[in-house]
Formats: sequence, structure tokens, C-alpha cells
Amino acid sequence: MFATSRLLCRRGGDRPHALWDFNLTVGEGEIVCLVGESGSGKSLAANAVMRLLPEPHVRVSQGTISLDGQDLLSLSEAEMRAIRGDRMAMIFQEPMTALNPQKTVGWQIDEVLRLHTNLNKAGRKARALEILGDVHIPAPASTYNAYPHQISGGQRQRVMIAMALVLKPRLIIADEPTTALDVTTQKQILKLIKDLQQAQGTGILFITHDFGVVAEIADRIAVLRLGELVEQGPAAQILRSPQHPYTRKLIAAVPALTPPPEKPASGEPLVLEARSLRKTFAARGGYLSGKRNPVIAVKDLSFQLRRGETLGVVGESGSGKTTVSRIVTRLLESDSGEVRIDGRDLISASKTELRALRKDIQMVFQDPMASLNPRRRVVELIAQGPIVQGVAKDVAHARARELLSLVELPPAAAERYPHEFSGGQRQRIGIARALAMEPRVIVADEPVSALDVSVQAQVLKLLADLRDRLHLSLLFVTHDLRVAAQLCDKVIVMSKGEIVEAGPTARVFANPEHPYTRSLLDSIPGRDWEPPVCNVA
Amino acid sequence: MRRLVQAIPTIILIMIGSFLLIKLAPGDTVDALVGDMGGADPAFVARLRAEYGLDQSVFVQLWRYMLKLVQLDFGWSYVYEQPVIEVLMSRLANTLLLMVSSLVVAFTFGVALGAIAARRAYSWTDNMISTLGLVFYAMPSFFLSLLLILIFSVKLGWLPVGGIRTIGAFKTGWADVADVARHLVMPTAALSLIYLAFYMRLMRTSVLEVMDLDFVRTARAKGAGGARLMFHHVMRNALLPVVTLLGLQFSTVLGGSVVVETIFSLPGIGQLAYTSVVKRDLNTLMGIIALSSIIVVIVNVLTDLIYAWLDPRIELK
Repeated sequence: MFATSRLLCRRGGDRPHALWDFNLTVGEGEIVCLVGESGSGKSLAANAVMRLLPEPHVRVSQGTISLDGQDLLSLSEAEMRAIRGDRMAMIFQEPMTALNPQKTVGWQIDEVLRLHTNLNKAGRKARALEILGDVHIPAPASTYNAYPHQISGGQRQRVMIAMALVLKPRLIIADEPTTALDVTTQKQILKLIKDLQQAQGTGILFITHDFGVVAEIADRIAVLRLGELVEQGPAAQILRSPQHPYTRKLIAAVPALTPPPEKPASGEPLVLEARSLRKTFAARGGYLSGKRNPVIAVKDLSFQLRRGETLGVVGESGSGKTTVSRIVTRLLESDSGEVRIDGRDLISASKTELRALRKDIQMVFQDPMASLNPRRRVVELIAQGPIVQGVAKDVAHARARELLSLVELPPAAAERYPHEFSGGQRQRIGIARALAMEPRVIVADEPVSALDVSVQAQVLKLLADLRDRLHLSLLFVTHDLRVAAQLCDKVIVMSKGEIVEAGPTARVFANPEHPYTRSLLDSIPGRDWEPPVCNVA
Repeated sequence: MRRLVQAIPTIILIMIGSFLLIKLAPGDTVDALVGDMGGADPAFVARLRAEYGLDQSVFVQLWRYMLKLVQLDFGWSYVYEQPVIEVLMSRLANTLLLMVSSLVVAFTFGVALGAIAARRAYSWTDNMISTLGLVFYAMPSFFLSLLLILIFSVKLGWLPVGGIRTIGAFKTGWADVADVARHLVMPTAALSLIYLAFYMRLMRTSVLEVMDLDFVRTARAKGAGGARLMFHHVMRNALLPVVTLLGLQFSTVLGGSVVVETIFSLPGIGQLAYTSVVKRDLNTLMGIIALSSIIVVIVNVLTDLIYAWLDPRIELK
């Protein structure tokens, strides 16, 4: 029903054509997943189909796009407007920014109906409430009058879906619709999309980078690399026996859900110990904002970390896992409790003691771009910590250069600035910076969440390597259970500031005891699909 | 309401500060009066000083003034031989009229032109609007006033040179309104053009920014386009920074009105401020400062209300 053929999109930049020879069809009632890493041109393809490209800088230079046999490229802007929202609709990645903050949810759904139907006000409202019910929004009538900031992220995405589905379009383009959501919410949204699609017979072009999600919903898969489709075919076939080397590489990079076997209780010394940590964010009520209730971020948290061990902290957003990482590095003051590094308490340390202690516990942050000063050379960034601790400048610089080779970056990298590197390379710099202090413990807060799968796999491997070679201990905060399974010896599962379950990863994953852990594990997309062991040439 | 109460200490501080500042300047009311009279003997001068309470120390004078102010008594103007409050009130209407009309003109046209410029960014229209804005922005208001007078009053004779009403015409009803409006055309233009340029630049940037946001793309994906997209999705969101600036700039508009009112001899607060400084009429000057502070505070509260109305994410208590 929908097809593109020989689509070429032209734009300036790294390659002459952002899309080259792009042939794709989506049949009625079919979910086609378009998979690719960042920069592959998958969002561009989606926008090209909707004819929402920022013309004339980026435009379709050759080819056809047709919907039900009608050539979209030959339509005028006004005709195209009549089709958008009516016969084809779009769902975006970030539900917070994709909704107009100044209009109520009801108004925004109503707008679609006002643009494309002749229904009167009451009729439109009835239809909007009906579709809100269809996407399982609790209390549709009150949500109808709510502003986007007043409802949760998952509900906002439901509203986006309601908006896309309200006119029963023939084609829906979903551009990473669940990437910004928690796993449990993601599972519900994926199920919702699939159910509604089956009920209405809509064709869906689903864009994602996550093979877990693909395994969950795809009928057919198309793999895009640098603007070229390298492989497409039925989902089962591609997931089980990918043909193209690039697809194989992508699938091989998906972390398997099999945690490492449980290690026997090691006699290694205790490196990091946290005892009954607590943190409450005080009630805020300014002159300008309304009063908010105090939030308990961390409630009576204790854990132990031995030398050479990796402890995963997993949980959904708002579970307090990031707060934990900030407290143990004392970037955030805790209300009570102790953090002991080799027996010395970090929480009660004085300023000078703290400076010495900081040497032993270092952090790697999530966003490698934001956490590197853009105006400093890499060598300065890495050497800064030791220099502050009193190491001579030339010694620190020499050491920084050694560290670069340790994190597998070329020596020339030392003289360059952070923006000259890719995301994965920047994260390596972040790791080198943490290592420069020769710490006992590294606290990594979602270090691979911003990276593409293939890069993610490399960085994880590097971290595991370094841990074993340098006898480091890792406190690894993540929301991604696949990643946790890959790397962590033990995990603690957090929910609402509390540890609901803790233990060796293998045991927790095999026999989760707490219902929350169980629901978390059940929500991992594509958990029934075991990535095939491919020979990556 | 609470914010109004919170503003009281601010106003008191402003009053004390300006009182001391004025006292720092050499010369007082008596000097000015005696100067006008062409001189007087020292005994008379001393008696006048005692009568006006100017022989006391600065702090005693301040204390006395503040005491009266608390009872909302602005004192007596020795220049106009009237209570200060009456002098102020007779001129307040003119100034407010001038300011409100200038701001309305500046805001409406600034926002509209800015939006148009952004919609056709980097085109011929945009360049034209932007260049015109730069010219307005770079032109001092006194120079613009004189230029306007030269063109429209002296050469063309279309508009009156100054004043608020035609002297001796005693028009009533709509004729009076029309007369006042005719007198206000040039002062409004002179005062508003600079701010118009400000709002236009800001609106243009703001609209360009909002047009790139995700929800605008969503709206386009829904099939919205043209005017609908512009008004409902882009402009309302783009207005937020402009409204902030509007509130902040109100006080500078008040300052700008001193120049414009003096040039067009409009009997308003600004002109009064100028003559009060020349005549060392302390009570009137302090009254003007108090009144201006109150107006600015009220306007800031109004801005907050508009802001909350525009942006539902901000909740007012």
C-alpha cells in the first residue's frame, strides 16, 4: 500500500546523498522496522515520506513516494497537508517536547479533527475522548483538560499515539517512539501500538535502533547503514540468520541476556561499603512556584563492593539510582549514613580529607559531550585531576598519554579537543580521565546509554578489560538490564529509593523474588529472542 | 497580592536612596526661589529655610519626610503652591496615556513585524524589516522627535507641534478625544520606535527558535500549516521572552518619556520631573519617584499574570 522507490535525498555534509537508492514498502497491517545507528538517515527517511524535510536544503532529488498508489511527491503543499494527519500520521521520540506546552491535550487532539473532518464541537470532543479511552488513558475526561506537563511521560506518549490514530490513518510512522521511556512503560506502549494496529489494519513504519524492540514487534526488518539499505526481509529470518556483515555486527553487539556465572564468594578485601544512606530532597515552595512535597530519593540504602567486583544498580527513572551514584562520590550530600572506602568514611570527611579520598573514587558520566570541557585539550582534561592532587605537570601529561593508549585511542588524540571525537571515543576519554587518578572504585552513571549498540559493546568490553587488569571495582548505574547482565557480578534493584532485591546477577535474573524485579525483567524488549551467535568477520 | 506587599520595602529603600541622592546635589528649593526672584537679603533666605524645614540636618528631614509618606502624604509643592498629590494626579493621565499607547504600538507592530521577518527569514522582506529596525534602534528619541516635528509640523503642517490639546479650543466629547489623539501621534511614534525595534529583533529570534521545536513538527505532521501553525503553535510560544522584556523595559520607557514630554511640551510626569529638578522642588520630585516605583511594581505583577496566562507550566499562587 505504501512504497518508496529509488529515493535519493540530497544534502550537504559528510556524504553527497543522505539516502541512496532507498526502496521500501509497508503493506496493510504490517509493521516494518527500519533499523540503523545514529547518522544512518533513518529519521530523514521518515521525514521524507511525510514530506517534512527542511526544503530546499534537504530534498528528495529523485524517486517516488506513493501512498495507496498516489504519488506524494507530485502533490502541492496544500494537498499534502490534507493527507498528513489524516491518511498518514507520525509519532515522535520525545513526548515532552513533541506536544505544544501551551495547549491542553484535548485541544491538540481536537486540532487533528478540526483540520480533517467536518464534525461539530461536541462530535469532535466525543471522538477525542473515545480515542483517549482506546489508548488506555485513565480518566480520559480529566486528561482531556490537562496540559502536557501535568501528565507522565508514558501518558504523553499515549496522547501522541491517540493523536496519530484518531483518524485511523493508513500509515503511521513511529520514530523511536519508546526510546525515552522506562522499560515497563515501553512494554505497555509497544503492546498498545501492536494491538491498535491489528484492530485498525494500519501499516506501521517503525524506526528504532534497539534490536530488542525489533524482536518484539517487527513483521519485516530493513537495515539502514549510512543512507543505504543493506538488508531487508522477514523479521524471523533476519533475527535468526542475518546475511549482511553489518546486520551481523549489529546483532552481535546486542548484549545477551545471560549474566556471567555466579562467582564463588571471593576473599577479596572490601573496597567500598555504604551503610544506611538516606537522602530526602526538601519540600520546595518558592515565591513563584507552588509547594512541592518532600521527595525521598534514597531510603536506608546499604551495599558492599569488593575488589575487582562490579555491582550494578538498576531501576527505572525516579528510582533513586543516580542519587546513589552522586552520594557515594559525595557530589551530593547525604542526610545520614556512611560511605567507607577502605574503611575511611567519605561522608564525614573534612574538606582536605575529602580531597585525598576523592582520588580513590572516580566517576564516568552519561553524556560524554556535556562532561568534557569543550575548550580544553584532551591531554589537559585527563591530567587535570592528578595536577590538582599535586603531581608535576609534565609527569601528569606523560601519564595522560599512556592512558590514552590504555583506552585504545591513538596518541594524536591528546592534542585535540572533545568535539573532534565521536560519542564512543569521548566516553573513552571520560574513562581515561577517571583512571588518571588511579582510583580504587569507578562509579559509572549510565556510561553507555547515549551510545549506539556497536559502540556500546566496545565500551563495555573496555570497561570489563580495565577492571580485570587494574583490579578496579565498578559501581555501575544503568536502566538497561541487558547491559547489567553483560557486565555485573552482582546487582541491586531499586524502586522508589529502596533496594527491593539484591544478589548475584545470575541468581536475580534466573529467579527474581520481588514482583518489581519480575516485572522489570518481563519488560525487557525481545526477551524471548536470543541473539544468534554470529561470526563477525 | 502578596507580591505587592513584598514590594513595599523596595519602594521605601528607593525613597530613602533618592532622598539622600537629591540632598547630595548642591542647592535647594530656597536657592531656586531666590534665584527666580533675582536675589534677597540673607535674613529673608534664612527665614524661608526655617519655614520649609530646610535648616534641619538631612536625617531629620528624611525622618520627617518618611513619616509623612507613611500616612500617604506627599507634602506641599512650593513651586506649584499645591499639594504634590494634586500636581501629580493632574499629569498622571497624560503620561500613562503616552506610555500605554507607545508600548501598545511598539509591542503590536514589533511582534507582528518580527514574526513576518522570521517567517521569511533571510529573504528580501526580512532584510528590509531588519534594516529598518536597526535604523530605529540607532536613532536617539530626541533626534527622532525633532525630525518628526520638522517634517510633519513645520514642513507639512499636518500635526501640532506640542501640548496635549489645542489651546483655547475647549472641545468636548469625541472632538476632544480626536484632538488629544492628534497631539499624541508624534510623541507616541518618537517614544515607541526604539522599543518597537527591540521587540522585533527579539520576536524574530524567538520565532525562528520555536519553529525548530519538536511540537511544531508534530503540528505539521498533523496537517496544520500556514496561519494556523503560526498563530496557535509558534507565536504564542515565541511571545514568552518578549513579554519578559516588556515588563523589564517599562521603567526605561518611563525614563524615555522625560525627554519626549519635554520636547513636545506635554504636561506629564516626565516634564514635571524635569522642571522639578531645575527648581529643586524636592517634594514633587520625591512624589514622582514614589509614583513611578509604584507603577513599575504594578506593571511587573501584571507581566507575571500575562506570563502565567501564556504559559500554563507556570502556576501562580
